[in-house]
Amino acid sequence: MAKKSKTDFPFEGTPEQEEKLKELIAKYTDVQGALMPVLQGAQDIYGYLPIEVQKMIADGLHIPLQTIYGVATFYSQFTLTPKGKYRIGVCLGTACYVKGSAQILEEIKKELDIDVKETTPDRLFSIEDTRCLGCCGLAPVMKINDDVYGRVVPEDVHSILEKYRLLG
Amino acid sequence: METVKVKINGAEYEVAKNATILEAARSAGIHIPTLCYLKDINAIGSCRICVVEVKGAKSLVASCVYPVSEGMEIVTNSAKVQHSRRMTLELILSDHNQACLTCARNQNCELQRLSVEYGMREIRFEHDKNHEYPDIEDSAVHLVRDNNKCILCRRCVAVCKANQGVSVIGPSRRGFKTRITCAFDAELKDVPCINCGQCIAVCPTGALTEKDDTEKVWRALNDPSKHVVVGAAPSVRVQMGEFFQMPIGTNVEGKVAAALRRLSFDGVYDVDTAADLTIMEEGTEFLHRLKGDGPLPLITSCSPGWIKYCEHFYPEFLENISSCKSPQGMFGAMMKSYYAQKMGLDPKDIFVVSIMPCTAKKFEITRDGQDVDGAPGIDVSLTCRELSRMIKRAGIDFANLPDEEFDEPFGIASGAAHIFGATGGVMEAALRTVYEIVEGKPCQPIEFKEVRGTKGIKEASYQIGGQEVRVAVCSGTANAGKLLDMVKNGEKEYHFIEIMACPGGCVNGGGQPIQPSSVQNSVDIRALRAAGLYGEDDKMVLRKSHENPIVQEIYRTYLGEPGSHKAHKLLHTHYVKRDHF
Repeated sequence: MAKKSKTDFPFEGTPEQEEKLKELIAKYTDVQGALMPVLQGAQDIYGYLPIEVQKMIADGLHIPLQTIYGVATFYSQFTLTPKGKYRIGVCLGTACYVKGSAQILEEIKKELDIDVKETTPDRLFSIEDTRCLGCCGLAPVMKINDDVYGRVVPEDVHSILEKYRLLG
Repeated sequence: METVKVKINGAEYEVAKNATILEAARSAGIHIPTLCYLKDINAIGSCRICVVEVKGAKSLVASCVYPVSEGMEIVTNSAKVQHSRRMTLELILSDHNQACLTCARNQNCELQRLSVEYGMREIRFEHDKNHEYPDIEDSAVHLVRDNNKCILCRRCVAVCKANQGVSVIGPSRRGFKTRITCAFDAELKDVPCINCGQCIAVCPTGALTEKDDTEKVWRALNDPSKHVVVGAAPSVRVQMGEFFQMPIGTNVEGKVAAALRRLSFDGVYDVDTAADLTIMEEGTEFLHRLKGDGPLPLITSCSPGWIKYCEHFYPEFLENISSCKSPQGMFGAMMKSYYAQKMGLDPKDIFVVSIMPCTAKKFEITRDGQDVDGAPGIDVSLTCRELSRMIKRAGIDFANLPDEEFDEPFGIASGAAHIFGATGGVMEAALRTVYEIVEGKPCQPIEFKEVRGTKGIKEASYQIGGQEVRVAVCSGTANAGKLLDMVKNGEKEYHFIEIMACPGGCVNGGGQPIQPSSVQNSVDIRALRAAGLYGEDDKMVLRKSHENPIVQEIYRTYLGEPGSHKAHKLLHTHYVKRDHF
């Protein structure tokens, strides 16, 4: 049942992060409805919610791990994989979509061999769910961190990504 | 009881003030169909099958969670209600693998029954091609989960949490992608599942079923080189009748023996004989510990679901658990040793099948320390449900079978062994023997009624040998957790504790006949089946384990005395600490 995903990364949490998480959990011990704020705080600390972090929360709040996993996979605000150094978003809003952004997204997925919400094994790139970026005049639009690319065609994808690969 | 007046389908009723519409309707004898609702366990208004019209309400309401109020006017069966239920059913069916003919729950499926009742003929909606069919989870030895048949009612999730305190399954993801999974989609065999099978017993469809091992038994029965023997657990005799339309709790011990014989087993035996043996060993162990040899409280070891629960969640109590194998384990060990010698058979040629009310027994036989000189004690452990399928496939008219006896030399058991199947039974059986050994005279009366009944945690205290012996009996591992917490923090102190994983004990085991929620919600199945066991004990002359002539002979001719070196080698085992995630 459990499939090894391309995005199983070794956990690299630091003692400082763990200290912060413990403080957060201590603040919410015996508080009703603690799980959401603790998950949000934990994601702020670690950038994502790996099994190691969810286990610490389970022990700290006395909530079954499965319950935590259920909540973490229900809300799209939570992610179970670390983000890449370069976070790619291809707008799938109406204007970009009719201008062919889906093909651009397909090209990126092919080029990087990952799916939306996944991260490349070298942690350089991740693809995010993206809707309107507010510049429909440039459709189709893609974004890498804060850099915006307009009127992209699938053939551009390789050279755009290559630029970031060279930056490392 | 405070009441309110409500109108249901035009007639006036006086109903409990704090009732839901569903409860009020049932008290008035009006049927409202349900799917996700389970009394006391799951009332979440999620499946929308129980919707009704309430005058003045904007939309239909879910009757399982909607409280009644004074003057409320309810219609349970209007055209609008029926239309809504049919639409809900159609949507559920559009996302359900309708392989009814090859489903283990064919003809005992709540979704199928509703589909018939509501005359579903056509499903207009196609399965969403964008979401892949989930895989079938069959990693564990006891259970198969087919999420393609799951309707996400969450009854399994609720029972795993509320009754068992285990919570290894639950919904993950959202929308069409919602599935019942373990955390991080781990396999069931890799999480602290205790194999109790309570989830199977509450599943309305064929999404959760026991792993069917009947083919292995058919193969053995057809292998002339095998001497195939079978033993039936205490509670089996008050469960099997239900598969054949007999009233819940009917004691069909004689028909079970007759049916097994007609399935052509070479020896048809009673695991209850081994239950008497368990009392001899465990009683002896208790007396040793009372004298200071080993930690107290002593906790019983018959329930493999409880054992695994303790290993995962309360490993600090592992040394308190009796080292005795369960009656199933002892039965297997005696078949492959004492019985083989007595019958002049090579243990390798003996194939031992056990009939259990339990799915965790399938796991128990794979545990370390359950073997006899490297060979498994029990070769296949079947649930009552699997046995019922074998009986049906063999064309045996169970209900009209004559009552027959179990075979010699493993066919005599005491009443004490019979009551093992109900919560409190092992405790009572042990006390009957321990009392007599210590006091040197029979206990009067023989019953220890304080430990009977389906209450989750029971306590009692007895004077034995001038000493106060405090005992506790608990069933359902969520209750076990509560009890152990109290023992841990010094709030409670006991000498002897009986724990059964399933609420009510084995009579409510995960391998029992599955009664639909309409029955589970309206009668106490556990109490009815337990009454069948206590009723038999009541009628018997042989009611104490140590008076069982077979047990006496086994010790005289083979084991020596209870707790002897040989008894330890064959009848005792050990436990391991396991991860709580």
